Amino acid sequence: MKIGLQEIEDIALGAAVLGTGGGGDPYIGKLLAIDAVEKNGDVELIDPQKVNDHDFFVCIAAMGAPTVIVEKIPSGSEAVLALKELEKYLNKKVSAIVPIEQGGLNSQIPIAVAAKLNLPMVDCDGMGRAFPEVQMVTFHLYGISATPMVVCDERKNSVLIKACDNLWAERLARAVTVQMGGSAFTASFPMEGFQLKQACIPNSVTLSIKIGKTIREARSKGFNPIESLVKLLSGKIIFRGKIVDVIRRTQAGFTRGEVKLEGLEEHSGRTLVIDFQNENLIAKLNGKIIATVPDLITILDTETGTPITTEGLKYGQRVTVIGIPCNEKWRTKKGLETVGPRYFGYNVEYVPLEQVGDVN
Amino acid sequence: MRLRIGIDVGGTHTDAVILDENNKIMSVAKVDTTQDVTSGIYNALESVLSNVDITAKMSIRAVMFGTTHFTNAIVERRNLARVGILRIGKPATEGIKPMASLPNDLVNAIGGIWEIVSGGHEFDGREIWKFDEMAVGDAAKSFKQMDVESVAIVSVFSPVNPSHEEKAAKIVTEILGETIPITLSYKIGSLGLLERENGSILNAALSKVAPLVIDALERAVNKVGLNNVKLYLTQNDGTLMTLDYAKKYPVKTLACGPTNSMRGAAFLTGVKDGIVIDIGGTTALIGVISHGFPRESTVAVEIGGVRTNFRMPDLLAVSCGGGTIVKILDSKIELGPESLGFRITSDSIAWGGKILTTTDVILGLGEAIIDDPACKPERVTQIVSIEKLRMAYNKILETLENAIDKMKTSIDPVPVILVGGGGIIVSKKDYSRFKGVSKVLRPEYFQFANAIGAAIAQVGGETDRVFDLDKMSRNDAINSAIQTASEEAIAAGADSKTLEVVDLEEIPLSYLPGNAIRIRCKVVGKLGF
Repeated sequence: MKIGLQEIEDIALGAAVLGTGGGGDPYIGKLLAIDAVEKNGDVELIDPQKVNDHDFFVCIAAMGAPTVIVEKIPSGSEAVLALKELEKYLNKKVSAIVPIEQGGLNSQIPIAVAAKLNLPMVDCDGMGRAFPEVQMVTFHLYGISATPMVVCDERKNSVLIKACDNLWAERLARAVTVQMGGSAFTASFPMEGFQLKQACIPNSVTLSIKIGKTIREARSKGFNPIESLVKLLSGKIIFRGKIVDVIRRTQAGFTRGEVKLEGLEEHSGRTLVIDFQNENLIAKLNGKIIATVPDLITILDTETGTPITTEGLKYGQRVTVIGIPCNEKWRTKKGLETVGPRYFGYNVEYVPLEQVGDVN
Repeated sequence: MRLRIGIDVGGTHTDAVILDENNKIMSVAKVDTTQDVTSGIYNALESVLSNVDITAKMSIRAVMFGTTHFTNAIVERRNLARVGILRIGKPATEGIKPMASLPNDLVNAIGGIWEIVSGGHEFDGREIWKFDEMAVGDAAKSFKQMDVESVAIVSVFSPVNPSHEEKAAKIVTEILGETIPITLSYKIGSLGLLERENGSILNAALSKVAPLVIDALERAVNKVGLNNVKLYLTQNDGTLMTLDYAKKYPVKTLACGPTNSMRGAAFLTGVKDGIVIDIGGTTALIGVISHGFPRESTVAVEIGGVRTNFRMPDLLAVSCGGGTIVKILDSKIELGPESLGFRITSDSIAWGGKILTTTDVILGLGEAIIDDPACKPERVTQIVSIEKLRMAYNKILETLENAIDKMKTSIDPVPVILVGGGGIIVSKKDYSRFKGVSKVLRPEYFQFANAIGAAIAQVGGETDRVFDLDKMSRNDAINSAIQTASEEAIAAGADSKTLEVVDLEEIPLSYLPGNAIRIRCKVVGKLGF
């Protein structure tokens, strides 16, 4: 499979569904990826199960504030430099690029880098969705270290981080990012093929492509894509309703808030509240929790199936909330310690989406 | 006595109104928009002045225009200048070149000429890189060789620190001469480099047509014998600019139409917070009035295929205008999106045609009368059953009701103001049927809301930048933003005693710890005569 211009568009849309409201606007990333693919040709997408056990892989991602990136547009060579510096330090050659997440900007940056370096990209990622912090990847659950990690900016400043654990890697990389002007690019989680196979979330890039394609094709035929999406993602419709209130506040660089929905059609007379911190985290129906992170809670425009980011939520929107089961790796003890509701400050137990009764 | 004239140039009609000092409406006029636009403006002026005496005519001090001239030039790619784009931001920004997302025909029309040089700032005001005078000089020289007619200068985070744009402008002027029109991006748009750059490019491209349009407006005003008047154009945000300013920043007029109509509606009813429905021929535009000003869109707005971040009113357009075609399917009614437009008086059923429109529906139900001998409402009931007409009418009400609900900001009931010529498609007695609405108002002169909005426009200033709260308190940051916006409003002609803050928004920078916030602030005041 190749990633060309159509796939870039589909991934942008698909990753917004998997991004569960976070990850920032993929627009800039998309233009970077389009530019790189137009100049260097399509990117080859390889199956993680088929990589060689002792080949070397690296995750490529942008870090920082989307508000900064839309103003200080990347040079396009920051992430390339990060990768080169990491190769130099480890004295190894990267055989393919690994995306860190499927969501917003970071669904596109690895494509741009792979095209520029004429490297393949692995059809997988470390989240299967979007999360805000470095250690929130399945690689972390398998004891793979985020470091040595290189953080670069457009000035060719490069910082090599070797941290005692992945939480420290997050803390140090975030501080470097602020100094670099609020946005930076990273090459992290250097690993070998056998580790990647074991620890990644496989085939998530093709899943994004399929999601994007489903929405695009339904749109062009005038169909509603939501039912097909739910089927494709083995998810379920949690709620159909209308947004009646959105509350936002900021804490330590994260936009927290809640959105309140009033039911329509089969959910008429009920209320759903979704708590978000950049990403949607908890859904409560009439006060009872019916979905929590790490399962995916995505808000779609009821009419068009277009995913709505947490910044885009407005009173009056007719929306359908869908729940998508997260990858099994997140449902382990360490997975839930890393990204479960308690990590985000909610004193609740995680209950897998499938075990909560249907809402009707 | 000091009087003002407001003029709105629309697609079909050019409207004019005269207002006195207390904003009392003294005269109104509606004429057809002409191909050359200017003669339509002349006709409207002549007509509106014919209703007042000579003393009143001599007392006119200002004429405010809302015009589509510049939008048309962009959409039709007509008479655009050859633009040299100078982006200051290297080593950042090179990943996406200027004009990367512009339509090809537009790029061809403006020459496709650009350079990127070193410089620009970070969100906290530090330099990304040293400003490179030599490189700017070289870029200007190459622009000169390529016969560039106008220059757009865009520097990273110029809304936070515009000094590199200003330094570059000096060098460009030295090389290309005093007369070269220069657009500085920080005067055009807010954060979002590509969108602000696109807006600056459009502005630079309009620099050739702007003086021509403005001269034509002046000529029309002189021709009707108005002397000693000041002329203004209305901007997207509902405030005024002088002709000199408009020559430099024509792009700021691009969405003035809907803004004027919403401001006019608010003025006519005294409603400061509510919903405005402007029903035209093809669509109903639904917008929100907050503190007397239109609520602005927070997402990128496209003009002529170009993504920009202009502050435009947040509008919802639904296919529910006066000429919208009504389709009766088995058990379902569909509205539009097609509209008969001006063909309504030949092709719609009430006028002897075959096509059912929203206007036919209300006429057929006997809820409206149109004073035109050629209009025969009975034709509608001969062809379409009353039952189907009722279904269609309910669909119209439901469409508008849903649109109102989508635009509301909270669950509380709000007042709704109906303006625009197509407003007759809803019967007054059904106003109470709209859910979530406290009252529906259709003021006298509702057809002139646009021109009235232009006539009452105020003068404003705004700022949008990121503040580092490690270096100053939140209060100081807010005060600094208000200060900058106020200074701009006064520079634009506002009476400093009448200034008020109409919009103040704090936006945190997500995914970034530390204490940076972005503050958007808008200040307006009355025009000081």
